[in-house]
Amino acid sequence: MDEETGEETGEAAGEAAGGARGEGVVALSHGDGGLMTRRLVNDVFLRLGGKVLGRLDDAAVLDVAADLAGGRLACTTDSFVVDPIFFPGGDIGRLAVCGTVNDLAVSGAVPRFLAASFILEEGLAIAALQQVVDSMVRAAAEAKVEVVAGDTKVVERGHGDKVFITTTGIGFVPAKVELGAELIQPGDAVLINGAIGEHGLAVLSARPGLAFKTAVKSDCAPLADLVARVLAAAPVRFMRDPTRGGVATTLGEAALSAGVDIVLDEERLPLTPAVVGGAEMLGLDPLYLANEGKAVFVVPEAAAAAALAALRGHGLGRAAGVIGRVEKRSGDEGRLFLRTALGSRRRLPLLSGEQLPRIC
Amino acid sequence: MRDDAATSGGARPDAEWAAGLPFRAPELSRRLVRGVKARLKRPVRLMEVCGTHTMAISRSGIRGALPAGLELRSGPGCPVCVTDQSDIDLMIGLGRVPGVIVTTFGDMMRVPGSATTLERERAAGADVRVVYSPLDAVDIAAALPGREVTFLGVGFETTAPVAALAVLEAERRGIPNFSLYSAHKLVPPALRALLDGPAPGIDGFLLPGHVSTVLGRRGFQFLADEYRAPAAITGFEPADILYGIQMVLEMLESGQPAVKNAYPRAVREDGNPEARRAMDGVFEPAAVPWRGLGEIPSSGLALRAAYAGRDAARRFGLERRPAAAPRGCRCGEVLRGRTVPAECPLFGTACTPAAPVGPCMVSSEGACAAHYQYGGK
Repeated sequence: MDEETGEETGEAAGEAAGGARGEGVVALSHGDGGLMTRRLVNDVFLRLGGKVLGRLDDAAVLDVAADLAGGRLACTTDSFVVDPIFFPGGDIGRLAVCGTVNDLAVSGAVPRFLAASFILEEGLAIAALQQVVDSMVRAAAEAKVEVVAGDTKVVERGHGDKVFITTTGIGFVPAKVELGAELIQPGDAVLINGAIGEHGLAVLSARPGLAFKTAVKSDCAPLADLVARVLAAAPVRFMRDPTRGGVATTLGEAALSAGVDIVLDEERLPLTPAVVGGAEMLGLDPLYLANEGKAVFVVPEAAAAAALAALRGHGLGRAAGVIGRVEKRSGDEGRLFLRTALGSRRRLPLLSGEQLPRIC
Repeated sequence: MRDDAATSGGARPDAEWAAGLPFRAPELSRRLVRGVKARLKRPVRLMEVCGTHTMAISRSGIRGALPAGLELRSGPGCPVCVTDQSDIDLMIGLGRVPGVIVTTFGDMMRVPGSATTLERERAAGADVRVVYSPLDAVDIAAALPGREVTFLGVGFETTAPVAALAVLEAERRGIPNFSLYSAHKLVPPALRALLDGPAPGIDGFLLPGHVSTVLGRRGFQFLADEYRAPAAITGFEPADILYGIQMVLEMLESGQPAVKNAYPRAVREDGNPEARRAMDGVFEPAAVPWRGLGEIPSSGLALRAAYAGRDAARRFGLERRPAAAPRGCRCGEVLRGRTVPAECPLFGTACTPAAPVGPCMVSSEGACAAHYQYGGK
């Protein structure tokens, strides 16, 4: 127990930091840029990538002519500060890979390369770091991406929080793919590939002091494959992965951008009993909880059946469904609504000032 | 939660309840909406006393499903909202006492004090921590014997017993560095003050389900006995609320006001005597100011003499100073059911959840927040 902050520093269910005093932990010298850094990179990080990473050059030089093939390059960046770093269904490493890959996928890109920077807090157990990296290796293989560049820094104890990961993702958008909120039309259908709120609840439930009988697992998963199936089966107007802020925030922003109203059907929202129960207990709304293995799709009404079939035919889309419709906007700005089970309509606002702590 | 036997009156949801209400019961709710429409014979204004009800009514879509002529007004049942500005300022002031760890429910973080908020103080370096229970605060005090840990006690009869238990727990475990600021309040005196005041214009009440688990149905019997006001103690699922509304409408129709328990699976006739004992053992009633209602005798809870040493204001030498409510803010009138949020000139313009002027817009149980966020057909 840290006497000044009262924070747990010992081992706890996959918790990082500490360990036997001074053994197997990240030290400031690991960030010296010299021998200690090299040792850390060799022992822990090199397995993240292949030949390119193995060169340890200052930059990865990639031959992408074939990938580009008349299309366009897509680039995204993300930071991951989730707390705790290990949670049911995943960890910060898996999250970092999947989150980045999914941002590319919903932009219509085939994800290909990843760069990952690590800010490590002095005192982080090397074993925990290795677990995180191993998780990234597995996730990268699942997502079929190559980690081609990396960096490591170490900050003093108390000036970070175990590990922060920042990624850059590169993918390639085929020539014929055009997506954007501005393409959304009244009459379009809104689909999602499965149950909502799992990641947000999984992370919250992993905090000390909250014990749920039914463990909710994060849905963290790479979606490029699933997205490719849908793009092949139907004309898609718009896609997004509903991470922080959940489905309601993602679609609320889309409605605003597109200048249309989107109406979700409360009775069609895919929800597991564990999420409903857990969210009720914490006073949270699953529509505002983060998802890390989900994407929302807006497609023309006529293509909804084909899109749904493509989703349901994939392992990550078995519980897919049509959850709403696009309408002409009723007010000055596009807004998101919920048609309740009572048949009435209420707004799903863009919330502000959420007290929810770091969840991704 | 027990499945109690069916109570009187209304379309029969009890049978479904005895079987265990699945979370939303949409078909039942739709039937109850039709039942409410059928029973509305003239314009009726009901008060939903509890802030959690206000939110549930907005979020479930009940507000939009009710027939014209049936109006639901919010009441003084939002604990953060009814906290006087002077109390808010003092609680924020606790965050500025060097070395003190302030523990609080999340709702208090963004409430605007006269000068600042707890959230801003935390960003500026104050040690302010959100807890889910006052017992968590006791644990923090136990873990950090060198630091003072204080808990901001805001809430009604639902939370006051737990705060009492926290004090008793600190006593039992010999933890001297735990203190409490009690802004706790009691619901019945507020309802009396409302009904004793100028023409409230309220025809009936939906009573708070969770407070009633402590006070029991009996705790509200005075509404029928002394004021001839029909009331239903209501749960929080849409079907619960609609059933409660239906019950009150039936009583208005029959001209036989009573206080009925429409939440039998959680509320008993005598409530929770043990919780009340804990509360009475640690706290005593005191005259305290309520936002919107002024000072009400015997309506707040102050630490008894035996525990006075754990009063945070005393321990840290802070005094409540009179503070005006924010200019133009009509939160006080909303809490009395005298006006609706939309009628406040600041609503949705100068006062929004992102930049709230008063607590009604920032509290998770605030009427203005509920109307702003879920309104707009």
